[in-house]
Amino acid sequence: MKWRVDNVHPVIDGEPAAEATSVLVVDGRITALGADLSGERVEREVDGAGQWLLPGLIDLNCHLPEPGSDRGGSIESETRAAARGGFTTVCTTPDTSPVNDSGAVTHLIRDVAARNGHTRVLPVGALTRGLEGERLSDMVGLTRAGCVALGNGGHATASSRVLRRCMAYAHTFDIRLFLQPENASLASDGCAHDGLVAARLGLPGIPEVAETTAVNELLMLAEETGANLHLGPLSCARSVALVRAAKEAGHSVTAEVGIAHLVATEAAIEGYNGTFHSRPPLRTEADRRALLEGVESGVIDAIVSQHRPSDKAAKLAPFPETQPGLSTVESTLSLGLERVAAGELSRGALLRSLTSGPARVLGLEAPAIAEDAVADLTLVAPEQHWTPAVRSLYSAGPHLPVMERELPGVVMLTAVDGRIRHEHGGDGS
Amino acid sequence: MPETSRDLQLTADGELRHFLAIEGLGQALLTRILDTADSFIEVGERTIKKVPLLRGRTVVNLFFEPSTRTRSTFELAAKRLSADVLNLDIGTSATSKGESLSDTLLNLRAMASDMFVMRHSQSGAPHFVAQSVTPDVAIINAGDGRHEHPTQAMLDMLTIRQHMKTFSGLRVAIVGDVQHSRVARSQIRALNTLGVDEVRLIAPDTLLPHEPEALGARVFHRMEEGLRNVDVIIMLRLQHERMEGALLPSESEFYRMYGLTREKLAYANPGALVMHPGPINRGVEIESAVADGPQSVILGQVTNGIAVRMAVMSMSMGGQLNERQSGTGEGVAST
Repeated sequence: MKWRVDNVHPVIDGEPAAEATSVLVVDGRITALGADLSGERVEREVDGAGQWLLPGLIDLNCHLPEPGSDRGGSIESETRAAARGGFTTVCTTPDTSPVNDSGAVTHLIRDVAARNGHTRVLPVGALTRGLEGERLSDMVGLTRAGCVALGNGGHATASSRVLRRCMAYAHTFDIRLFLQPENASLASDGCAHDGLVAARLGLPGIPEVAETTAVNELLMLAEETGANLHLGPLSCARSVALVRAAKEAGHSVTAEVGIAHLVATEAAIEGYNGTFHSRPPLRTEADRRALLEGVESGVIDAIVSQHRPSDKAAKLAPFPETQPGLSTVESTLSLGLERVAAGELSRGALLRSLTSGPARVLGLEAPAIAEDAVADLTLVAPEQHWTPAVRSLYSAGPHLPVMERELPGVVMLTAVDGRIRHEHGGDGS
Repeated sequence: MPETSRDLQLTADGELRHFLAIEGLGQALLTRILDTADSFIEVGERTIKKVPLLRGRTVVNLFFEPSTRTRSTFELAAKRLSADVLNLDIGTSATSKGESLSDTLLNLRAMASDMFVMRHSQSGAPHFVAQSVTPDVAIINAGDGRHEHPTQAMLDMLTIRQHMKTFSGLRVAIVGDVQHSRVARSQIRALNTLGVDEVRLIAPDTLLPHEPEALGARVFHRMEEGLRNVDVIIMLRLQHERMEGALLPSESEFYRMYGLTREKLAYANPGALVMHPGPINRGVEIESAVADGPQSVILGQVTNGIAVRMAVMSMSMGGQLNERQSGTGEGVAST
């Protein structure tokens, strides 16, 4: 297919170009950029006036609940939501049911994604069998089947000895590791930040040290084994400081933060609001500020959705029994732009941490709006607004950090490999 | 956004319609509960110990955690108010293995229940029910996880008021396992709202929340400092599990440091009240001579329990009925 966007501002290294231009896409690649490409005969012309054209957004942490139960969505529903959120690539976590700890499950995910998906889907395999933290998974087999990394899927590996061996083995075969830092015995039965709100509500707390001791341990083990470590989602200021120190010392570690941690704090769980039950837990305002600063300074490489769709019933229980996780993939970019509008984050840092940052973590070339680049594209109208509401969401999970509030930034069009996979207003959205 | 406890518990006119937590209730309302309870104490002294306030109403005692004392005082309270009482002891497993908590409660509601007295091991469970499951059934919290046990706190307040006449000027020390105690959380809030001078917590760090000041109290680690100039001492029950959880070395070491002995009692003001929500572990939290001594009001606390529960049950039912009649209730949440 041959199509063209006119009058658009391409975003280069996080900054929209001052001058508008036209971009021509032919068969999955950008073939030309220029002021006047109107001579080209195309099947579609898109007016991009006042809009940004970004290299497709990349989400390193997105739970697609397939294989799994039918409740809480499918690869189809959640990648459709991701495309609406402007993502062209999502890395899907290994905590499916069954766990993605074998090539067969990886192939299944890839097959379903190829058939029904609306974005690229890059599976992250399980580091240990069943994510139980005891035996190594078939690590090379998983990567050969198409896993871009192996991870713990939010299930902390309790044994340091097993973790050390996982890392050494991963290093041997140059396998990337996505690890969520949590010390299982310190987190214990906790369900909220061990702070002011949990103390008042009588909720078992997850102390900050449950994360920082794990960050330290993972950094030490990665340093010793040489493993390629990507850490996150991070939730507290001290973790950001530890990653900063490691990077300054020359370690090649990378890190991510979930969008919810940039917009909300422990105050959100007041009234036992299970929507904001998340793992890691939402912490203090000082932590939120430090995480934003981490993104700004580049200590944190990527903002992830940490999308965890769950059906209504999963949140309809006493707080500690609700399923952790928010449904965020549709609103990640807009929530980020809202922080930019609030003056808490620069536009460049936000856009880089959704494009070139995660690409670097995956070892991909820096995505660009340039001739011959793959046409994974996101067209955004930054001045337009939309309002998330249960009925109009694509995701099966209705638990957003923000509902019925106007958010800035509408994704007008998402193209994957040159194919238009989402278009604003295309189906009444 | 969910309502706060305050919004959830009160009608538009500020009347009680659920009794979920002390947090969010003002001094006037707490005082009214105490005054109402005082009036019910007289009922317990009659030959026929009944008033018809809840006649024709069905009260369901829903205990997802085992309890004998609290449940029986609630049962007695409901019967003295002339309600029909249904007791259901539901192990937590019954709901976790199949029927969800919401479904269990919706079924009970369908049997025309007017009030649920609920105890649950998860903090916030009654709040969840009042908000999302059966807002039109009055919910009385009989203890949720580590969160609150508001009727226990109110009966303690009644006991304090009976002996001290007023709350202003009092210093109150709460000793022991604050971290895991729903009673302590309710007591601290009630004491502060009713206007005591100071609430103190005395415990080792392992038995305190990570940020104990959040509860509105001053923290002490040693009895000799914490009990100085105190007018009321509330000893909390120490669960045996705390030793297994590596929070304490042993019961005997706890007793040595925090057990209320005659010697430690002498640090407090002369005539200081000694209270305990029960059941007492003699020789762990408290020396027998103190528990049975002249300053102890532990048994009086039990008798006040029925009166306080009658008060909150009748007041909440009244608020619910007003709400239903005026049609301002939210109706049933769809699930």
